[in-house]
Amino acid sequence: MPTVTLKSVCKTFGEGELAVNALTDVDLEINAGGFICLSGPSGSGKTTLLNMVGGLDRPSSGEITVIDKRVDLMDKGKLAEMRLHSIGFVFQAYNLIPVLTARENVEFVIQLQGMSADMRHRKASDILNEVGLDGLEERKPAELSGGQQQRVAVARALVSEPALILADEPTANLDSVTAQTLMDLLRHLNDDRGITFLIATHDKLVMSHARRLLQMQDGQIINDIQQR
Amino acid sequence: MIASSLSLLGTLGWRNLWRHPRRTLIILFAITLGVWFMVISAAMMIGLIEQQLNDTIFNLTGHAQIHHPKFRDDPAVEHSMPLPNKKLLETLDGGEVTQWSARVRLPAIVMSERESRGVTLVGIDPTREIGLSFIGNPVVEGRSLESVEDNGIVIGQRMAEKLETRIGKRIVIMLQDKTSEVADRGFRIVGLFKAELEATETAYVFTGLSTAQTLVGMANEISEISLVTRSREKLDPLVARLRKATPQFESLSWQELEPLVVTAMAVYENFIFIWYLIIFVAMAFGLTNTMLMAVFERTREIGLLQALGMRPRFIVGQVMLESLILLFLGVLLGNLIGWLTTDIILRDGVDLSAFARGTEQFKIGSTMYFIWRLEDLLTIDVLVIVLGLLASLYPAVKAARYVPVEAIAGN
Repeated sequence: MPTVTLKSVCKTFGEGELAVNALTDVDLEINAGGFICLSGPSGSGKTTLLNMVGGLDRPSSGEITVIDKRVDLMDKGKLAEMRLHSIGFVFQAYNLIPVLTARENVEFVIQLQGMSADMRHRKASDILNEVGLDGLEERKPAELSGGQQQRVAVARALVSEPALILADEPTANLDSVTAQTLMDLLRHLNDDRGITFLIATHDKLVMSHARRLLQMQDGQIINDIQQR
Repeated sequence: MIASSLSLLGTLGWRNLWRHPRRTLIILFAITLGVWFMVISAAMMIGLIEQQLNDTIFNLTGHAQIHHPKFRDDPAVEHSMPLPNKKLLETLDGGEVTQWSARVRLPAIVMSERESRGVTLVGIDPTREIGLSFIGNPVVEGRSLESVEDNGIVIGQRMAEKLETRIGKRIVIMLQDKTSEVADRGFRIVGLFKAELEATETAYVFTGLSTAQTLVGMANEISEISLVTRSREKLDPLVARLRKATPQFESLSWQELEPLVVTAMAVYENFIFIWYLIIFVAMAFGLTNTMLMAVFERTREIGLLQALGMRPRFIVGQVMLESLILLFLGVLLGNLIGWLTTDIILRDGVDLSAFARGTEQFKIGSTMYFIWRLEDLLTIDVLVIVLGLLASLYPAVKAARYVPVEAIAGN
């Protein structure tokens, strides 16, 4: 059973003459454990597709199913519930809550899920250690570098062990060494835990880590390439 | 799960407030000031009501009175009543009544060598007036009346000025006796009393009960019985017993005797509520504005919270919680400063003697006291918190209605 299914998904922004088709009849299936990159020029629809899958925006038409649930039919509350329990997000920027420490940011999702404080602390410590932020747990985002912040965001996306992680340009603000480290980490987590990754990127380094590369242009998937 | 989420919202709310300490402190100051002003206004208003009521009760009214049924319409000598019978005495001395006194009260004319004025001559038993009315207090000049047979007269300070007379001088009281003939008699002024209101000082002159009775030929008759009880609030059962004991006479509570005071109290109570709302509306604009600014500033962050799975109701909760913290702190500080102001700084009241003529018009004494009641404080606190939360509802709902993808993009 695929983790994500899109059937004839269209998304149009604006109306009338100003209407822009961000996605046009997109059909897609993503199986569990996939490590998929969406590539393409700016405006090709990568982020829009990611947002549709994550329930952050609604399609103009078509069906989106994530882990057997029709995302396009859910209300705001149900969508939030699904994101809380099934999807992890890593954004390009504005990733972390500035008033919370690195540990608290990581604990955020599992605290919303209702996990006990002891368990939360243990899981957050483990995952921060895993992403190489041991010793930086009590720092606020402003006290961390861009790469460290991105790793906190990855840790937060992973800590609840979601079935699917959606990442939008996760390496955009990172230097090449940090970007390489981060991608190694994501790929390792994919191999190790079987988490499905869907990553929108321009970055060739990111694309080189993908098992499946989807090339987009003008709101359509024009190439679906299986890699290693 | 709810406890865990609330703890998270609490942490976020508290820290978010201190992201802009100056803004938070300004709105906190505004709420504190508003609550303080409400507390002070309520304490002042209650103080005024209480003072007006006490003055009324202490100004010969008492908590209840018994009269001839026609006495209030026409306080003439023929509308008198006998001294209390055994049945009435059982009620009056039954323990519930803390003090009572029989009086003669007659319209009269008082004349000095230079002036004459209309007045009410009150014949009293001085020992029974202690704790019942202002005339039971020591006079400010000369001596108080000493017994029912005392044939001296005590007049108000202001009356002495109007009559251009003084202690030791004689004045003449002229009135209608029981046979409808004019009776008059000279009295020597033995004391001058001072009352909260100048009008009282010019309205009454006092002599011994027997002296007044003899003057008009009332023998053992009286005009009224006035009494005070342990509580002025629960008078109905007592008044009912008085009516049963003396069905031929009129037994009335102070509320029935002084309907104007009761109306004034109701007007004050309503006015203070309107006053609360006016202060609150000014405060609410500040609060709504602050929370709206906070929501607009954190659009991206709110989008992020939504993306991470925070349900819309928790977004509403988060904004409301920030307001609640602000309101709670403001209410706490406002109450504290209000208490300090009324109970410590203005404990002895505010001296208004410089405005005595003006305050007299409103039947207010020369000292204004501040009295706060727990129920008023709770009303203010609940009003501010509940209406404050309602004022925050708009920014909170606005935040919850953000479309996550647009909010993250900062739109």
